[in-house]
Amino acid sequence: MSEASPAKAYALHLGVIALLFLLSFLLPDYYHGLLARIMVLAVFAMGYNILFGYVGLLSLGHAMFFGAGLYGAGLAVIQLGWSVPAAMLSGIACGAVLALVIALLALRTTGVAFMIVTMMFAQVFYLLVLYFAAWTGGDQGMVVPQPARVLTFGATALDLTNPTVRYMTALALFSLMLLITLAIVRSRYGRVLVAIRENEERTKMLGYDTFSNKLAAVVVSGTICAASGAAYALLFGYVGSSFASVQYSILPLLWVLLGGAATTLGPLIGTLFMYYVIDITSGYTSAYLLIVGIALILLVLFFPKGILGSIRQRWLGWLP
Amino acid sequence: MMPLLITKGLSRNFGGLRAVDNVDFTLMPGEIRAVIGPNGAGKTTFVSLISGRIQPSSGMIVFDGADITSQPAYARVRQGIAYTFQITSVYANLSVYANVALPAQLTLRHGPSKSAIQAAVMAALERTGLADQAAMPAGQLSYGHQRLLEVAMGLALKPRLLILDEPTQGLADGEIDNFITLVREIAKNATVLLIEHNMPVVMHLADRITVFNAGKILAEGTPEAIRENAAVQEAYLGTAP
Repeated sequence: MSEASPAKAYALHLGVIALLFLLSFLLPDYYHGLLARIMVLAVFAMGYNILFGYVGLLSLGHAMFFGAGLYGAGLAVIQLGWSVPAAMLSGIACGAVLALVIALLALRTTGVAFMIVTMMFAQVFYLLVLYFAAWTGGDQGMVVPQPARVLTFGATALDLTNPTVRYMTALALFSLMLLITLAIVRSRYGRVLVAIRENEERTKMLGYDTFSNKLAAVVVSGTICAASGAAYALLFGYVGSSFASVQYSILPLLWVLLGGAATTLGPLIGTLFMYYVIDITSGYTSAYLLIVGIALILLVLFFPKGILGSIRQRWLGWLP
Repeated sequence: MMPLLITKGLSRNFGGLRAVDNVDFTLMPGEIRAVIGPNGAGKTTFVSLISGRIQPSSGMIVFDGADITSQPAYARVRQGIAYTFQITSVYANLSVYANVALPAQLTLRHGPSKSAIQAAVMAALERTGLADQAAMPAGQLSYGHQRLLEVAMGLALKPRLLILDEPTQGLADGEIDNFITLVREIAKNATVLLIEHNMPVVMHLADRITVFNAGKILAEGTPEAIRENAAVQEAYLGTAP
């Protein structure tokens, strides 16, 4: 929020992107694939963070936006035979439209009611996916066939199933969304969003139509989450109903809380942390979720602002 | 001259209580008007109706010749009605600068640059004497300074009508003197509607005084006339010495 050190903030973000780029050449195969997945899911968390972190609206239904992107892209490729870019746009558009409709209805409520309403809409979405199993594959899901996951520019063809191409595509999406998020939170619009979180009544009395601003925030958030879902379908080739289940509404909340709500890099840190803790602990014991749970409790107890949120509070006040 | 603000038959009920009862009120541009009255007389409800924080049960509000009765609060702010809260309501976690930047960027919304916002913010902070504390979180300011920050946020809106709801409540005597000077200066460019309990402040500042009692206007006039008014003395000031 501070006006100071925009250069520092941009340098840090570009540095993180450069580091992720270099890691592509350094990581062993397994972690290379895992990090590509994490970057795509971090985009999901970044979309969630816009609404939860900056506007202070806790949604328990963001799986439907991820799912809208996932199915919007997946069905376009599988059922309609669309090309990769068209399917990507289809997924993003589905998420944007869904977010607009849901926002118009859900924003009539606040607080706990907002949580419940968003959760119920997400359940409706999930059940619709199962109901229309003839198209969606129901709980089996669908696999996007390899030939459909090729991006052609004239003579050159990019095969999204190739690990390096997949990693770089994930990185490109992640970088774009990270810089968009940074631009939003540093903008005048971002300042209004934070003001709504801090004191909505006061913000109205400073001349802001808080409903329209919240509406726009839900649409931006839902669209970013849908972009993540669409990319997931096209990069990893699986479109399944579990991604629309309530678990995938809770996960982005956990990732954002862990990494630090209302920090631009927190969603990446949180997603990364969670995946690696699961990865490491599951190597030692089958009760790994117990350890993950304990880690989460400790973090919430001692670092209630998340990893980056605590770092910002104690040492680096300029972090965006 | 056309009045800046007119209310006609303005009423607001809370259940069986008529907090504001059929009030006809006129405010001329450039005035400093004080609204006084005993606790529960309906003063805050009255200005809340004008600012749009609450909707009237009946009646009409006209601002600068236009009927604004059905407009939401934010639209009224955009037309120039700024309201500063009785209970200090700054953004405690945000910097003093950010608190003022929010209203400043609104009035500059037609293609402003970052430096234009900065200039507007610093101008408002300098007028209220808060420029040195710009980087501090607003919650760490002293109470008196938070009241001044409220005024700075109002000023940054470049209002035509600035409504101050008990602005000197909780201020020290020295701070009150500065405050009187500040309001006088604000009144050069804006109309000021002031709810105030501190009688010396009212008598010093107001061009005219409106006295509320039980939701109705009891009397209206110059400070001298109000001081001499027997009904006002009985209702509010106590018996004459």
